[in-house]
Amino acid sequence: MAEVEETLKRIQGQKGVQGIIIVNAEGIPIKTTMDNTSTVQYAGLLHQLVLKARSTVRDIDPQNDLTFMRVRSKKNEIMIAPDKDYFLIVIQNPSD
Amino acid sequence: MPPKRPKSGKGSSGSKRKSKDDDDPDDIFPMVLTSATQQLFGCRADEDVTGESPYKLLRKDDIVQDMKKRAAVSDFSPVKQTVLDYPEDEILLVFDRDFLYGQSFYLVLTPEAKERILHPPKPETAEAEVIENDAIKTPEPRQWISQGSEQEIENECVKETREKLCIKFSRVRRKFGAPVCFSDHNADFIECPSYKDSRFSIKQMQRDCGLQAVPTLQSSSAQTQRKVLRNIHTQYTPRELSDEDKENIHQSESLRNFLKTVTPRVLHALQQAEIMDEFTDDRKALSSAAKDDDSNEQVYEDLMLVRVLANRAYTKDKTIRCINWHPTIQGVIAVALTERRETQLNESTDLTVKQHFILFYSCKNSTTLLLLEGPDGIFAFDFSPSDPNIIVGGCANGQVVLWDISAYVTYLQGTQPGGKKSSVNTDTFASDDKDKKTPVVRFCAASSGESVQEAPITDVQWLPPTFEVTKTGEAVENKNKISVQFVTCSPCAIMFWDVRVSKQWSSWASGKKHTTAHSVSETFKHLGRWWKPLFKITPPMINTRRDYSPLKFSLEHYTCTDDNTAGTTDDPADGESSEVVPDYSQLRTRSAQTLKPLEDVNTRMYVGTQEGVVVYTDWKQDNKESGHLHNAKSLHHGVVNTVQRSPFYKDTILTIEDWNFAIWKEGVTDGPIFTSPTSETAYTAGCCSPSRSTDFFIGNEDGSIEVWDLLKKTKEPVQVYKHVIKARITCIKSWSATTSKHYYLAVSDDVAAVFVFRLPKSLYKKESLGLEKFFELEEDRLKDFQRRVAKMKKEADELRKKGETNKQIKTPEEQKEEEIEMKEYKEYLTLEENILKGLGLWQAPAEA
Repeated sequence: MAEVEETLKRIQGQKGVQGIIIVNAEGIPIKTTMDNTSTVQYAGLLHQLVLKARSTVRDIDPQNDLTFMRVRSKKNEIMIAPDKDYFLIVIQNPSD
Repeated sequence: MPPKRPKSGKGSSGSKRKSKDDDDPDDIFPMVLTSATQQLFGCRADEDVTGESPYKLLRKDDIVQDMKKRAAVSDFSPVKQTVLDYPEDEILLVFDRDFLYGQSFYLVLTPEAKERILHPPKPETAEAEVIENDAIKTPEPRQWISQGSEQEIENECVKETREKLCIKFSRVRRKFGAPVCFSDHNADFIECPSYKDSRFSIKQMQRDCGLQAVPTLQSSSAQTQRKVLRNIHTQYTPRELSDEDKENIHQSESLRNFLKTVTPRVLHALQQAEIMDEFTDDRKALSSAAKDDDSNEQVYEDLMLVRVLANRAYTKDKTIRCINWHPTIQGVIAVALTERRETQLNESTDLTVKQHFILFYSCKNSTTLLLLEGPDGIFAFDFSPSDPNIIVGGCANGQVVLWDISAYVTYLQGTQPGGKKSSVNTDTFASDDKDKKTPVVRFCAASSGESVQEAPITDVQWLPPTFEVTKTGEAVENKNKISVQFVTCSPCAIMFWDVRVSKQWSSWASGKKHTTAHSVSETFKHLGRWWKPLFKITPPMINTRRDYSPLKFSLEHYTCTDDNTAGTTDDPADGESSEVVPDYSQLRTRSAQTLKPLEDVNTRMYVGTQEGVVVYTDWKQDNKESGHLHNAKSLHHGVVNTVQRSPFYKDTILTIEDWNFAIWKEGVTDGPIFTSPTSETAYTAGCCSPSRSTDFFIGNEDGSIEVWDLLKKTKEPVQVYKHVIKARITCIKSWSATTSKHYYLAVSDDVAAVFVFRLPKSLYKKESLGLEKFFELEEDRLKDFQRRVAKMKKEADELRKKGETNKQIKTPEEQKEEEIEMKEYKEYLTLEENILKGLGLWQAPAEA
């Protein structure tokens, strides 16, 4: 528990980070630093996106797998680190 | 065909008798005479009868004796009978020396032949000649020799086979004499029709037949009630884990491992992002920063025509002089209709009572909501800012009329329920009978007919409720907080009117009660017929005695800053709150002393005149000098048809006249700070854009709208919407819809149709710079210009003065110079003359 907190603190301490969400394999957020509504929204939408991306990569090359995903938008950048069981979503505003 | 006769055997026997058939076949019988006989009769051949005389007459008796004597041996036995029958006594015997008939002798059996032979007829000589002649001319008829043609003739002849039948018909006696009808009748052949013999019948045991199968098709339709199920709404909530589960997961090993693996990546990415943003395009970033304020390539979209409002029943042959948006009710436009062609009273033979209306249109459904009737064509009208149900209008005959439409507000709002329920006021018109008929509201007050001038009222505007004006023109505070005064403008004068009852008149009005017309609102009954303006201004011209003819004016809208706490204690009964509709009849004008004068009200206004002059004048009549007039600038060449204040800048005024427009700034009295170049088509109307402070919309004579943006282009309009309307544009008014955040333009044209346009998004954007700087620049430029003009003028004056003084000094020198010049010129002239004479081209110069 403490490790989890510590890790999150480290990430949060980076410049421009707006929020962190940890999502389980089904898309249900486990831990978050943002408000509930945005958390739920991000989790639901990004979960589908990651699954799609992963399937794309694996379709092209079954030996391959998705390791990291960055979605760059006008206002901020969303980084998603997928794993077997969980996702880590970090939202950063780099120019901030 | 005659039946064929069997061929007679005569033909064949005929040929045998050929030798016998001589000329006289019956008369000649050839015979042979023995020598004994010859001696007996004395006709011995070649002794008694010779060739020359072959004839020998024998007596019949001798022949008979001979025959008796010798009976059968006699040579004459074959002719025994003939001799016995011979009538004459002598029979001729002819010696046939040449054996013509086959024997040596022949006996002529008939006496005629004897005669003929012995005594040939005497006219033989003549006949012989004739015969000889004939023989010479015509061939002798020869004896016909049968060739067989007689048979054919016989074949062809029709001979009766049987004798003719004779049949006798007779009729009944009683039909004697009756006409008979004979007709032909074919000898019919007897028919024998076939009939079914009943004795026997043949049964057909087998018959060939063909079959074709045709499918029976039947079209029918059915309709099901089945509805396609479709989700209309779905609602979902995200799944969430309970706290316990979360705790469990937090404790789990897997999460820790996950974080261990993932964290370095994330930190790496974060660091990268922090260091450098690899997605930015520097060039774009540069240009986008510059673009934000001034977009030169802005595409101007079209004005979107939202509605066309025209009510044919009322707008025929009419034109619109003034349109106004209703200040409070969204989407209601009021238009003032006037006759398009001004017919003079003498000429008009039309005896029908003409009704003059202000129409209220609803933008939402293009219906005519309400009609306000006026005594004459209404040229201008205005809604009262404090109470939009009070409308003042100026007529063509100079009258000012007031309407109160409080009872009909529901019509305007479009919430008019059916008929009876709505109006509590019993004065409602016949509109109750028919729901569809547009209600007509008659004016409830009009200015007096005596003070009417000839000129129509061209502009009317309510004074804002923040201040009011006394008789002398001083601005004082308005206790009632409602607009009770308005200003009208006509080519004769500018007049200030008050809606309230003044002390002088109250006695009159109460005394003379006149009945109002049925259904007219009684709000302004107190005004009566002797309603006169408070005071008048006529802006005089500078150099002449005449006055300007003002057409349009513009006041500064003054908003009261203080709460007006002082002096509200008296007359609480009259000081109604703004929510309750004030009872105008109870309002009284106050004397000037009781009210606090407001110093900071700008009592000046801009007036556009018919002469094309924009006059900036003060309506305060404190000083009786002719210095009412602060400034008048003649800029325009034609009639000034619009004077408008910009809604963004209080001190900027737009004036439009026929060929150009100008922008004035209040306070700058030298002239307009900006004038547009002369346009090709006449400007007829214009307004400031509600969305942007820099835009102006100017309407043309040919129905096109020009958009001017002074920051972008000053020489020409930024955008021209060509021919959005077919007729001449008479009025443009803008409006911003607060609900939908759109901006609308109402454009009226010469044929009394109103077009409502929505401004495109491109004209919405508010720019950051604004016109202030532009105006400042222009101001400076103007000032500079004026200075230079003044300077030049001064210099010109000085020069002139100098010129006058210097003339006397300079003249002798000048004269000398002139003389020299004249000499040279004369020499030249003589030279020219000589040369030309030499050439022969010399022409005598005209007498100077």
